[in-house]
Amino acid sequence: MADLTTNFIGIKSPNPYWLASAPPTDKEYNVVRAFKAGWGGVVWKTLGAEGPPIVNVNGPRYGAIWGADRRLLGLNNIELITDRPLEVNLREIKQVKRDWPDRAMVVSLMVPCDEESWKAILARVEETEADGVELNFGCPHGMSERGMGSAVGQVPEYIEMVTRWVKKHSRMPCIVKLTPNITDIRKPAEAAKRGGADAVSLINTINSITSVNLDDFSPEPMIDGKGAHGGYCGPAVKPIALNMVAEIARDPATAGLPISGIGGVTTWRDAAEFLALGAGNVQVCTAAMTYGFGIIKELTAGLSLYLDQKGMTLDELQGRAVPNVTDWQYLNLNYVTKARINQDLCIQCGRCFAACEDTSHQAISMSTDRKFDVIDEECVACNLCVNVCPVENCITMETLPKGATDPRTGEVVGDYANWTTHPNNPMAKAAE
Amino acid sequence: MSNSPTTPGIAPARLHPEDYARHFDDLYPDYDPHEAMVAADRCYFCHDAPCITACPTEIDIPLFIRQIQAGQPEAAAKTIFDQNILGGMCARVCPTETLCEGACVREMAEGKPVEIGRLQRYATETLIAKNAHPYERAAPTGKRVAVVGAGPAGLACAHKLAMHGHDVTVFDAREKPGGLNEYGIAAYKTAHDFAAAEVDWLMQIGGIELRQGWRLGSDGTLADLQGEFDAVFLGIGLAGVNALGIAQDDAPGARDAVEFIAELRQAPDLAALPIGRHVVVIGGGMTAVDAAVQSRLLGAEHVTMVYRRGPEDMSASDYELSHAANEGVKIITNAMPVAIHANGALREVEFAYTHQGPTGLEPTGETFRLQADQVFKAIGQTLEGAPEELALDGRKLSVDAEGRTSLAGVWAGGDCTGGGEDLTVTAVAQGRDAAMSIHAYLTGAGG
Repeated sequence: MADLTTNFIGIKSPNPYWLASAPPTDKEYNVVRAFKAGWGGVVWKTLGAEGPPIVNVNGPRYGAIWGADRRLLGLNNIELITDRPLEVNLREIKQVKRDWPDRAMVVSLMVPCDEESWKAILARVEETEADGVELNFGCPHGMSERGMGSAVGQVPEYIEMVTRWVKKHSRMPCIVKLTPNITDIRKPAEAAKRGGADAVSLINTINSITSVNLDDFSPEPMIDGKGAHGGYCGPAVKPIALNMVAEIARDPATAGLPISGIGGVTTWRDAAEFLALGAGNVQVCTAAMTYGFGIIKELTAGLSLYLDQKGMTLDELQGRAVPNVTDWQYLNLNYVTKARINQDLCIQCGRCFAACEDTSHQAISMSTDRKFDVIDEECVACNLCVNVCPVENCITMETLPKGATDPRTGEVVGDYANWTTHPNNPMAKAAE
Repeated sequence: MSNSPTTPGIAPARLHPEDYARHFDDLYPDYDPHEAMVAADRCYFCHDAPCITACPTEIDIPLFIRQIQAGQPEAAAKTIFDQNILGGMCARVCPTETLCEGACVREMAEGKPVEIGRLQRYATETLIAKNAHPYERAAPTGKRVAVVGAGPAGLACAHKLAMHGHDVTVFDAREKPGGLNEYGIAAYKTAHDFAAAEVDWLMQIGGIELRQGWRLGSDGTLADLQGEFDAVFLGIGLAGVNALGIAQDDAPGARDAVEFIAELRQAPDLAALPIGRHVVVIGGGMTAVDAAVQSRLLGAEHVTMVYRRGPEDMSASDYELSHAANEGVKIITNAMPVAIHANGALREVEFAYTHQGPTGLEPTGETFRLQADQVFKAIGQTLEGAPEELALDGRKLSVDAEGRTSLAGVWAGGDCTGGGEDLTVTAVAQGRDAAMSIHAYLTGAGG
């Protein structure tokens, strides 16, 4: 079994799976259950400043979208940070860390945007002997209306400023949690790095309305006839999260900055993908909220098995795909593929035909006896047929070898060449 | 309980009273909404879908399944009824494994087709259970059409004509409308008196008058109808039954399966219905299966279905045959009846094994006897009581593609005409298409 022990910015955990700061990590009771189940660490649900506790709505806090068999695909919430007294949370954090010294205990924080508030809370957290802090600059609902959460995370200067305060007033490792509700994820990451952050974690939830009640004409979840946008998470957001993680991992300005990957991790495979794109560990929430803490067994066993099958260590997996994330302009325009339909696997549903004929390039023919064939002269290799085919591997993409002629363009497949040197590019540089 | 399955002879009440309700309830209960959603999600929405082609009424199946997926079973029902006004009954009785589900690409892919029949039932049930009728009559045309036979063909024809504003009178010899839906199929396929409910629902279109207890020939002739109406549609089915033509085939206890099924369907108390301890059903079609299975469900201890040809020639579907086998019906093929032995009461049926010879089916010379208190004959129905002025095609009424008979102004469809496989769904398609032909004829529109 591959060793899953991780050391993320000096914080050790028996595996790279932490529970993200969220309802599952709001209380000692939940966290102890998680640790008993085998979770590597937790980011305790966000603490606020000393004072009267936060108030939550008393109607539904979650909305969701589902697949046909009620498989939960995306979850949205309008819950705020912890609504329990600060001292209770701190006492429990200290107790749990004492009882479970081998697990990562990171504390999420969100206080008003002034140095004194941050200084005050950091002193309290240090007393718990927690392993580190995560700055919640991400929550897109509620707290952001009060100038916290994503209201900070959307202004790189604020991120830098607050991070600097945190590093100044605490010896604890500091993770800055980023909001995806911005135009370029690299800017807040750079700001966090400038401020001295030890790592970034992303993504926090995405502004969303999951559905509209068509009888009451209100967003869901509906609170007394009204709805507010909430934070979207779960399997549906993973592609967005993967891209943002990769952007930070490959940007020279932030390359090497440790990343805690978050966003729709549901199985070991999702985790492996985040790790390959440069994350040092992953945080999980929706999957645990959907299925309970027991999924950790699949997550850890699956990642171990994968690493064993690949003969790879966790370190070797980490960042392995980053060099292959590039910009469009560097993609090889002489890489020519054609769709191929395996007639033995084809079940004659005709979805490839409908997709290609109606919405693409008219590159699939249909005979009267429902035989479907690719017309190489028309096929631009868009891959839509592959994606809509209900049979896995029935339609595949075949690469034309170098020297072959593409029947569509009449051009011979040559060596690697990209847009930067293409004759149609007015900005083209002469090929060397 | 006065009797048991082992009570000798023909006896009622072989079962506990509550067993009857259970035995004759729906074979498959209706989907609940979540089940329907999951089942609907399996549909691939095929391009030019093979299931549509395989449906004699050409229901847009992928569309109605998508409408279920989109949370509107009522809209799905409308899609079905647009093509097949008896879509509710067809969902229950169609041999889907040889029609839509047989053509489903997932049948080819995994041997597990989308459950189109059950989805159709789910959709149609939503409207019929609410008694919501989605069609309105067009403005009255003043034209009057006579429909003879209130079975699937006649009802489909009458509904379509009424919808187009024609006034329709449906003449039917039985006490209740519905034809074979009411009298000729197994009770568990149309539990909770669905056949009658469906007719009531269909009649909401308005403009249709039902005249039950009216028999063509004795109560009026085709010429009478032609004189009184602007057009006539005949959906008279097959009123005759083939005879065995063997010794003592009229012995007490030997009866036609269709008569047994009709009696069972109309029985107010199934426990009062006598059934043999040993039942032999002769035939290999749906009627034979319905008689055999229902004999078992009434508590017969031994039920044997015997068919003269090989299993591949049986017109009952594989699904029906395996259902019969599951219900404990023994199926013997390649055996033809040669004699019924009775001394007062029926005792045995004697069969000869057969094989395919150069000139047809031949006895092998080997015979066997099956103990029998009751014999149900289900070797096919024949056209009977058809007006003599109409041309025949073989043993059925001759019609063209639109259902026109040899006589101008007279159309026909359903089992009384050739071409179809005597399926409910085929009868509906023929009745519907004939209605459109009649409509064109009456309004002078098109051909």
